[in-house]
Amino acid sequence: MINIEHLDKTYHLKNADVHAVDDVSLHIESGQIYGVIGYSGAGKSTLVRCLNFLEIPDSGSIEIEGFGKVSANQGSLDISQKKLRELRRSIGMIFQHFNLLDRSTVFDNVAYPLKYTGLSKKEIETRVDELLDLVDLADKKYVYPSQLSGGQKQRVAIARALSNNPKVLLSDEATSALDPDATESILKLLRDLNKRLGITIILITHEMSVIKSIANRVAVMENGKVVEEGDVYDIFANPKEEITKKFINSSSALSNITKLIENKTIIPTDSKLVKLTFTRDSVGSATISKISREYNVDVNIMLANVDVINADALGGIIASIEGAKENVQRAIDFLHESNVKVEVIHHA
Amino acid sequence: MPKFIVDFFPNVANYWDIFLTALTATYQMFFIAGLITLLIGGAFGISLIVTKTDGIKPNRIIHFILEVITNVFRAVPFIILLIFLIPLTRSIAGTSIGVKGAVVPLVFGAVPFYTRQVETALADVNPGKIEAARSMGSSTLGIIFRVYLHEALPDLIRVTTITAISLIGLTTSAGAVGAGGIGSFAINYGQNLHYQDVVNLCVILLLIIVSLIQLLGNTLSKATTNKELFHK
Repeated sequence: MINIEHLDKTYHLKNADVHAVDDVSLHIESGQIYGVIGYSGAGKSTLVRCLNFLEIPDSGSIEIEGFGKVSANQGSLDISQKKLRELRRSIGMIFQHFNLLDRSTVFDNVAYPLKYTGLSKKEIETRVDELLDLVDLADKKYVYPSQLSGGQKQRVAIARALSNNPKVLLSDEATSALDPDATESILKLLRDLNKRLGITIILITHEMSVIKSIANRVAVMENGKVVEEGDVYDIFANPKEEITKKFINSSSALSNITKLIENKTIIPTDSKLVKLTFTRDSVGSATISKISREYNVDVNIMLANVDVINADALGGIIASIEGAKENVQRAIDFLHESNVKVEVIHHA
Repeated sequence: MPKFIVDFFPNVANYWDIFLTALTATYQMFFIAGLITLLIGGAFGISLIVTKTDGIKPNRIIHFILEVITNVFRAVPFIILLIFLIPLTRSIAGTSIGVKGAVVPLVFGAVPFYTRQVETALADVNPGKIEAARSMGSSTLGIIFRVYLHEALPDLIRVTTITAISLIGLTTSAGAVGAGGIGSFAINYGQNLHYQDVVNLCVILLLIIVSLIQLLGNTLSKATTNKELFHK
């Protein structure tokens, strides 16, 4: 469990103050995969760095399970340097650019946090072998990072981050520098680790597709503030803030409709262009054929898409509804009643 | 004495013992001043990186003092520095001439240069690696030795090579004001007595020494890039 309360961090730059984290409070349950999404400069990177105090918050407190509450006051913490290093050792972290030591082998990179901790050479070797098995890189033990692909480097970084058996793993844009295949495999690894080790993962990203494929909960950040927070499915099904909608559109095939609207000829005259969202309560029923039968309207489906989020389906359809004005309205009313979310995008 | 010396450098052959003494003096100045420079310049360079505002242990005062020392002594041309430092050299080494008297100004001349070179080499270490080490709970000393020095080794070898070569140059300048060594041999016997063959041999010798240092530096630097030198 991680409890963040009233966290605040301002950078004083030469010509301006940047309020990177602005009174953020969050509660993250153990074993969750918690996503934080935002554009660059939104403060998500600072927020995650405050969790292991790589950045010292100006004020606020962070409670980490098994470690008690740490409070910041005017930029200093109420724990000693020694305690702080202990805390950092109990939180793993992975980065966008992996940050491996280029002059060390995979083995030595993973062994880095284990050395000088009182473990014997033999114990370190055993632990590193375990970790390399876990990330499926046992055959690369004595290879240098320059000989690895991006995805493999990130696996080494994950093994290194897990070496002290942390309960929490922070991921700072860990897939942003990877190709789609490597991204997929790293996300799958994180999901597996979350299941097998029960480790809490906090990942920050600017890609909604990452949130969709792995997170249970998500916080959306803008200008240092958390503007929206909740279960990932609920946020996708029912986004409230403009920025959240923008992020969701960025990961949805349905956003292509804006390009189609520009090319007006494809939209039939006398019709309403609507976006229908089918959540878990409505995704199973044959609503479309029902309205065209009962209200005498023609429904022309232009784009359709089903997302699977946390094993639940979320459907989206962009369609034009054609017919007598009052019939179209009655059809839309019926859709509302059937728990389908209707947004009118365009009147032709 | 090798036979070709008598054939090609007859005047060197005449002063063979003095030549050997000069060679030894250069060798001593180079290694003693070099070792001290390595330690002090290395420590200064590391301190500059560590204490800068966004370093791992920011300290404005130490950083400022090191900056001033480095800049002041780098601004003064070495030959002026030699004369300027004579009183200080006397009080530290007891004499201002000979190898003993040369070490102090050589260190003052080489340290600022080496400090800057080390600073630049360490500044090239990716800040991400430092951040990762901090996130793993490494201490300041841990980060210096296990990340900064470890990762920058090929660059450190490179800059040490450059400093070593420039130190050879400084030892010959020191020769001009009574330090002994190949520099004073070339001036006293080559220039003053008009024995061109003496100057020629000194040039060839310096060329060989410098080339060997450069070759060694290049080889080591290359051998340590992206890998350990002796991997188990």
